[in-house]
Amino acid sequence: MRIIPFILTALLTAGLIVVLDIQLQIGGSKTPRLGNFLSPQKGFWQNAEPIETQFNLNLTSDKLEGKVEVYMDERMVPRVYAQKVNDAYFVQGYLHAKFRLWQMEIQTHAASGRLSEIMGAKANGVDFLRRDKQFRRLGMVYAAEKSLKAMEADTLTKKAMDAYTAGVNMYISNLAEGQYPLEYKLLNYKPELWSNLKTALFLKYMSFDLAGYENDFEMTNARGIFTKEQFEKLYPYGQDSLDPIIPRGAQFKEPGLAVKKPAGVDSVYLQFKEAKTIVDSLIKPDKSNGSNNWAVGGAKTQSSRPILCNDPHLGLNLPSLWFEMQISTPAYNAYGVSFPGSPSIIIGFNDNCAFGFTNAMRDVRDYYEIKFKDASKKEYWFQGRWQPATIRDEVIKIKGAVADTEHIPMTVWGPTMYDASFPDPSGTGKAYACRWAAHDESNELRTFILLNYSKNYYDYQNAIATFSCPGQNMIFACRTGDIAIRQQGSFPAKWRRQGDFVMPGEDSSYAWQGTIPEEDNIIMHNPPRDFVSSANQLPYDTAYPYYLGGSYPPYRGFIINRELDRMSGITTDDMKALQTSNYNIFAEMARPVLLKYIDSTSLNTNAKKYYSLLQQWDLRNDAKSAGATVFAVLWDELMKAMYKDELGQTKLPVPWPDESTLLESLLKDSSYEFADDITTKDKVETVSDIMRIAMDSATAKLAGLEMRDALLWTKYKDSGIKHLLGLPSLSRLHLISGGGEFSVNAFKQYHGPSWRMVVELTNEVNAYGVYPGGQSGNPGSRYYDDFVDTWLAGKYFKLQLMPEELMKQQLKDLKGHMTFSKS
Amino acid sequence: MKFTIGLFLTALLGFAAPLYLPWWSFAVTSFGVALLIPQPPGKSFLVGFCALFVLWGMHTFLIDTMNAHILSEKIAPLLHLGNSGFLLILVTALIGGLISGLAALSGAYATRLKKA
Repeated sequence: MRIIPFILTALLTAGLIVVLDIQLQIGGSKTPRLGNFLSPQKGFWQNAEPIETQFNLNLTSDKLEGKVEVYMDERMVPRVYAQKVNDAYFVQGYLHAKFRLWQMEIQTHAASGRLSEIMGAKANGVDFLRRDKQFRRLGMVYAAEKSLKAMEADTLTKKAMDAYTAGVNMYISNLAEGQYPLEYKLLNYKPELWSNLKTALFLKYMSFDLAGYENDFEMTNARGIFTKEQFEKLYPYGQDSLDPIIPRGAQFKEPGLAVKKPAGVDSVYLQFKEAKTIVDSLIKPDKSNGSNNWAVGGAKTQSSRPILCNDPHLGLNLPSLWFEMQISTPAYNAYGVSFPGSPSIIIGFNDNCAFGFTNAMRDVRDYYEIKFKDASKKEYWFQGRWQPATIRDEVIKIKGAVADTEHIPMTVWGPTMYDASFPDPSGTGKAYACRWAAHDESNELRTFILLNYSKNYYDYQNAIATFSCPGQNMIFACRTGDIAIRQQGSFPAKWRRQGDFVMPGEDSSYAWQGTIPEEDNIIMHNPPRDFVSSANQLPYDTAYPYYLGGSYPPYRGFIINRELDRMSGITTDDMKALQTSNYNIFAEMARPVLLKYIDSTSLNTNAKKYYSLLQQWDLRNDAKSAGATVFAVLWDELMKAMYKDELGQTKLPVPWPDESTLLESLLKDSSYEFADDITTKDKVETVSDIMRIAMDSATAKLAGLEMRDALLWTKYKDSGIKHLLGLPSLSRLHLISGGGEFSVNAFKQYHGPSWRMVVELTNEVNAYGVYPGGQSGNPGSRYYDDFVDTWLAGKYFKLQLMPEELMKQQLKDLKGHMTFSKS
Repeated sequence: MKFTIGLFLTALLGFAAPLYLPWWSFAVTSFGVALLIPQPPGKSFLVGFCALFVLWGMHTFLIDTMNAHILSEKIAPLLHLGNSGFLLILVTALIGGLISGLAALSGAYATRLKKA
């Protein structure tokens, strides 16, 4: 009987180990394997980086051609000195992996529809399988494969990617389990090897983020409830307050490509007010993935040298999208931010010039309704006969379940986004194919690499010429004095309203008729006004001979141009002040309209208080401003009161008119037709009536905010920088911050200036920059979020191209020294 | 003396094994030490428990101190263990101790099988 206690204790021990070695289901999510996770040698404790860590290394690889020295400066910015250019990319890959491996992989998994593999079909209330299907259906992998083909056909980019991939894989291959980034341990999976395709996928993900916004389905729904006249008023083309990138009044020559509307377009396509059931198109990139960039010429600066500024606005996350570094090779000497996932410096400068980007906002994704012959979806109706569709099978692996396969019919337009087997959310059962510029073969990496080499304006022109998607406003300044900007990309030449709605898929005349010729993408080089700028506004005024479908906020561009116009003797401090300005230009234009229509005599005490807060507000969206909150809430309520009845005519999603549409209508016309509440039959409401309703509901909302002590702008906005998994303790939440959508400092709740850079092209480049994150992706590192407070305070770090000798001398003050050599 | 030797041996092997083997491999070594140095079940448990409790406790305390508590303060709320690393270290040490103690206990009972 002595065996019994042995069996019991042995079973108990084994049982305990087993329970602690599996992921337990608690609520909607799974725990890590707790035993492993808590193990001091394997688990998260290994990610607790000693704060005094020195990052020293000595590695050899047969993939290297020469020697590379890396010095980690006091902010953990690697200074890479390579004898051969491609060796620099090898080391860049290694460093990206060393500091950002998990984000590189999760972003490419998201891009290629592979999140279910890690997260399971559903977790924490998120339907990962549906998300994955959406990305497969959109043709993300298909697009990345095509891009890869172009990138590998070009020796320049092929060699860079090969070296980069080898560097990443050198890191991964030598990684012990205990050193896996924290998130792998939380989610219980292992890193896989990198590949050139993953770099292509990462760049496609940027295309999704920046050239993936459209609202074709919503617009189609809106077409069903409005007459043509109403529609044009609600969703006009162009804005009165627009100050385009290429200033108004530019003379456009005859278009290089004549675009013809299809026959019968008015009865088939531009057919308004006939309800059709069309649905929302799921996950969307943020509409305001915008940015600011500008460059001023020497005539306007104190140093007589150009200054270039750029702050791309993106979703703000930890780990950050950006990784700062210096790359020095015999061919060039560049500094700036890079994308973990891709070789080269993306936004930055070299000894001679500086370069940056804002998003072009053009609509380059359209949908076509497809009629399949039968459920096999092997044939579809096109040009009066049944055409064969090829079926692309994509296998989606699912954690803890059998794999799922998507059979995607590929049409002449592109992949079929929705059909009976991946139905749209309201289940119409109809099929829609997607035509997207990002599906076309292209090599964006070439532009980034060539910009690193650029020495002058001609190099810049040559570097950007091949960039296709996502279309960007590419800005440039050079110490010779040149400044330039061009909206660069491969843009379909469209007729008016083409692609704003879902198009008929059986008729080839609805196809994009070609790409806007290179010379019609106008470049602005050393203009008389001595500055160039962009902030996602329309690139040209609407006299431009091609239709510029898309979504273009006019206000930031307006204030930037107004400021630059009046400024002279500009210093880098002036540029920093402009970049971090909280001045709300939209409110400057809209407040007089609000005050005009509010009858201040009829307000109750509470409403009066908010009215005077609005009246006395200094128009700055500073953190401690109450007026900014009053304005934002009141404007929102006005939009709702004005349009809710019209948009409510359908249960389907329809786009809200832009703020500029309402403001400009009220400025022009006191008897605005949409003021009438169409749900009240016996009464015709005026703008003043609607304003009263808006003021009442705004007062109630503001009183509620005040009770919760959330009236100040920072409390109302409640900004934060979220960890990519959304885990609060790994995020920086409830930050005290100003700014917003209509300020140059466009810091909204979780979205804003992801990198601020000011570069003065003096003999020794005088540059400043900061991003809201830190160089390490490891939440257990002191370098995980150490730039956030500097960024929040509107301060910058000095950015310097350091000679290797100088770094060597400072060695004892640095955070580490790594040597990579040929084996 | 047996107690002290057992303690050191259990801790030493409990540290060495997971360097090369899975996280739970210390359970096997704790079991082995109890076989090698037979003691009454209660004492064996205590040896196994204390060795790993102290080992994991000290190891994580050291890591946490050198890290200035940066990570433990982020992980503790994820596991609903408050906002500081203290409970996290305690729970870690307890888990290590408990598994090791139970493994040693079953080792002690196993030695009795031979005697029978």
